[in-house]
Amino acid sequence: MSKNGLPRKPLTKRRLKNLILNVLKNPFNMVVLVSLIILFCLIIIPLLTMISSTFTLAQGELRRVQGHVGDFTLYYWKYILASTMSGAVLWGPLKNSFICGFFTVLVSVPLGSVLAWLMIRTDIPGKKILGLLVTVPYMIPSWTKALAWLAMFRNSTSGANGFLAGMGIPIPDWLAYGPIAIVLCMSMHYYAFSYIMVSGALRSINSELEEMGEIQGASKAQILRHITLPLILPSVLSATVMTISKSIGTYGVPANLGNRIGYYTLATKMRNFIDQGPQAVGYAMSIVLVLLAAVIIFSNQRIVGVRKSYATVSGKGGRATLMPLGKAKKPLMAFLMVFLFLAMVVPFFVLIMETFQITTGAGYGLDNLTLYNWIGKSGQIAKYTNYEGIFRNPKFFSAFWNTIRLTLIGSIITAICGQFLGYISSRGRGKWYGDLTEQMVFVPYLMSGIAFSTMYFSMFSRPHFGGLMPSLYGTFTLIVLTSVVKHFPFASKSGTANMLSISVELEEAADIAGASFWKRMSSIIVPLAKNGFISGFMLTFISIAKELDLVIIMMTPSTQTMSYLAFTYSQEGYNQMSDAVSVCVLVFILVCYTVANRFGADLNKSM
Amino acid sequence: MSRIELKHIDKFYGSNHVLRDINLTIEDGDFMTLLGPSGCGKTTTLRVVSGLEKPQNGTMTIDGVEMINADDAYYAEPSKRGLNLVFQSYALWPHMTVYDNIAFGLKIQKMSKAEIDRRVMDSLRMMRIDMYKDRYPTELSGGQQQRVAIARAVASSPKLLLLDEPLSNLDAKLRIDMRAELQRLHKELGTTIIYVTHDQTEALTMSTKIALFKAGELNQVATPTELYNNPIDLEAADFIGNPRINLLDGKAEVINGQLVVKSDLGGHTFPAEHLTSEEFPKSGEFDCVLAIRPEQIAISTQPVEGAIPVTIYANQPAGSETITTLKAGTDEFLAKDIGQIRYDLDQKVWAIIDQDKINIYNKETTRLIKRAV
Repeated sequence: MSKNGLPRKPLTKRRLKNLILNVLKNPFNMVVLVSLIILFCLIIIPLLTMISSTFTLAQGELRRVQGHVGDFTLYYWKYILASTMSGAVLWGPLKNSFICGFFTVLVSVPLGSVLAWLMIRTDIPGKKILGLLVTVPYMIPSWTKALAWLAMFRNSTSGANGFLAGMGIPIPDWLAYGPIAIVLCMSMHYYAFSYIMVSGALRSINSELEEMGEIQGASKAQILRHITLPLILPSVLSATVMTISKSIGTYGVPANLGNRIGYYTLATKMRNFIDQGPQAVGYAMSIVLVLLAAVIIFSNQRIVGVRKSYATVSGKGGRATLMPLGKAKKPLMAFLMVFLFLAMVVPFFVLIMETFQITTGAGYGLDNLTLYNWIGKSGQIAKYTNYEGIFRNPKFFSAFWNTIRLTLIGSIITAICGQFLGYISSRGRGKWYGDLTEQMVFVPYLMSGIAFSTMYFSMFSRPHFGGLMPSLYGTFTLIVLTSVVKHFPFASKSGTANMLSISVELEEAADIAGASFWKRMSSIIVPLAKNGFISGFMLTFISIAKELDLVIIMMTPSTQTMSYLAFTYSQEGYNQMSDAVSVCVLVFILVCYTVANRFGADLNKSM
Repeated sequence: MSRIELKHIDKFYGSNHVLRDINLTIEDGDFMTLLGPSGCGKTTTLRVVSGLEKPQNGTMTIDGVEMINADDAYYAEPSKRGLNLVFQSYALWPHMTVYDNIAFGLKIQKMSKAEIDRRVMDSLRMMRIDMYKDRYPTELSGGQQQRVAIARAVASSPKLLLLDEPLSNLDAKLRIDMRAELQRLHKELGTTIIYVTHDQTEALTMSTKIALFKAGELNQVATPTELYNNPIDLEAADFIGNPRINLLDGKAEVINGQLVVKSDLGGHTFPAEHLTSEEFPKSGEFDCVLAIRPEQIAISTQPVEGAIPVTIYANQPAGSETITTLKAGTDEFLAKDIGQIRYDLDQKVWAIIDQDKINIYNKETTRLIKRAV
């Protein structure tokens, strides 16, 4: 045996037998093996399939390209990267995506950071209620914000007037639709990222650090500039990166606010190709989206890295002394109030009111109010619609049932898988299978909802491996599967944290007592993981309930969810119906949040 | 009751060689303590014995039955080794009551309900915590949790009981109580015990034998008395004993088979029968280190024949004992007296040292060359 290296042993028959037995007799190994295979099938193979389909000639292009179906081709990549069309297909939308992302960051990061600072570090009054209100926007799906925006600013370009146009204020297209509307709507959503991350960092800073600065004679401004800001900078950067990568991938907002005037981002343009073909072009654009997200996230890890992430890593905060705002207290309070009023109260008031209006933008006079959109029978009001009120519309109930079904089944499966994956990554920390699991599980995180579902769409639209992986096109199963795997990163993160809190020694003690792997699972791990499981489940539940981007591509008439129904109504111009459905979604989500809070689930972890 | 034999055990974590060729025999009924500073491999050795770690080299038998044979990649499961383990963190299952914690392993062994009940209550009574049987671990104090952990380990009547730093989370007073408790437990159960600690007092007070670890290797295996009186090298001498042993540089030479040593304490001549078989120059002068336990130095205020004149540098009476720092030439050393004795600083006194009790080390190899008798 060498002095430093591992000993090499001759492989005898007995040794081989025991080596095999050691692996087989430990069910944990089997569990790991099965999980790795499943992860490989659910994440790596779809990714490869999508990539390969962008290099494979499809039926639709045969008239333009020489060759046979299934031949290798660079046609699609050439089409989006270097053809006369590429400006309209890729570069234009890409530029729009970047512009929207950039300005969203510009608005939302300072907004969220300042709000966080006010809430955590100053003596602003009414913190409890403000703290709740400030995070409410994040609970609301971003696409409902777009609908609320439309309810406010819609003009005659898309048919019916909104609230302001109805009051006689001329609303130009550039305000009602397009980049400004998109940026403002997304900012109202994503500022919550910066708020949550920066407030976490601020909370973890021991105020003794600032007090030490004060003792050294620094002024408040100097303390803020030289001590507080550098400490929270990593969180601000992370929030920036998350905001930009999320806003580039968002579909619901730009689709609602941009499509009507032909303003496309990468995400909305991609869906057009998936819908209308050539689909491979859509897949190629989705790969571009994934690469973008990957580059952004990895560069963040490079820049921020471990070395500078002190503020977020050291969770232990000390006593926090609050900064007196003095004379600025009242103006700041007023600013917050106005902000919350404009960002939350007004749009949603208008949104809700619109569901009762006969003609949108025609005011709230009794002659213009109706319950038709909720419970009307067809033909009651001949004016504009042939749909019945949503509560009489079987489509709505089918969508409602689909939403419940999807969220319930999806989140139960996701939460269970999350705990399992968390178990493997926590027990396999530093071992190859633990790291591999963590890396594979991280992949869906790199993809925006629309890119991810595109990948699944391309994978499961036809059978693979001779039917071993069947075609799931148009099935409810596919929607569930997509939702489950897309939420793996979050679920397994919460599962890992949960499992890390269960000491390995508790298991070892049971091992010594003679408990088998499954016995240890059932009598030690499961009972102890219960609480973490429930909170993980609730958060996934809400996240799936909100989802539009992820499922939109998969929808068929029989599998529509409420989010999708609202979206289609809005696209078809049935604004009041669309609003009514989104009000239902909002109520559903708020009820879920209340229940989740009862179970002690922390909203801040749902990012 | 059982006899454990570890042979040539090597353990690697990645390329990190944490156990180096460990050979250790633990006799039936021994209270064997694995002692050493943190990171020296003592807990790893315990985990190898328990079956929670698989060494890459070596064999282990318990009562002659092979439990580990790394060459054949054979490792008996922990539950098949007839042992039980008390973890440093206690590892009590927080969702089970005290009773269920102890009954869990017995249920797995498919004992009858009556037998389980008898065993659980017996071990609870032995640890004097039967009144807490329906509580949850979080509702108990640290000391009580400790007792539950021990009760859980002994309820299955293991032939071998492993304890991993069980007292390190207790406060000083409780620790002394538990030491007495563990000593009684060993006597009453008659079980072989392997006990891991970094606390030399625990090791010296409870064990029948101590295995002293040093950077993944076994440095010395001896009875507590032998380990205290004749530490095998300077590091061991420095590690064992509180207040720490006095180490003074000197020059040694073998003359007519006897070891003649010169130092600030004067000259000493040691007979050949007190010398060890360790290596040292058999001719010519060489550097050595004298090691004297503070309690072996008596202080006299009057001149005594053969005593060394010294001055008082510092004097710390602490109730039951007094630690005094003495100065001879440039060397400082400690003396320990029982009771409260006061000296004036810079007072001139005489140190009386029994030369039989002095250990001499070869400075070059740091090994013991002259034993205390």
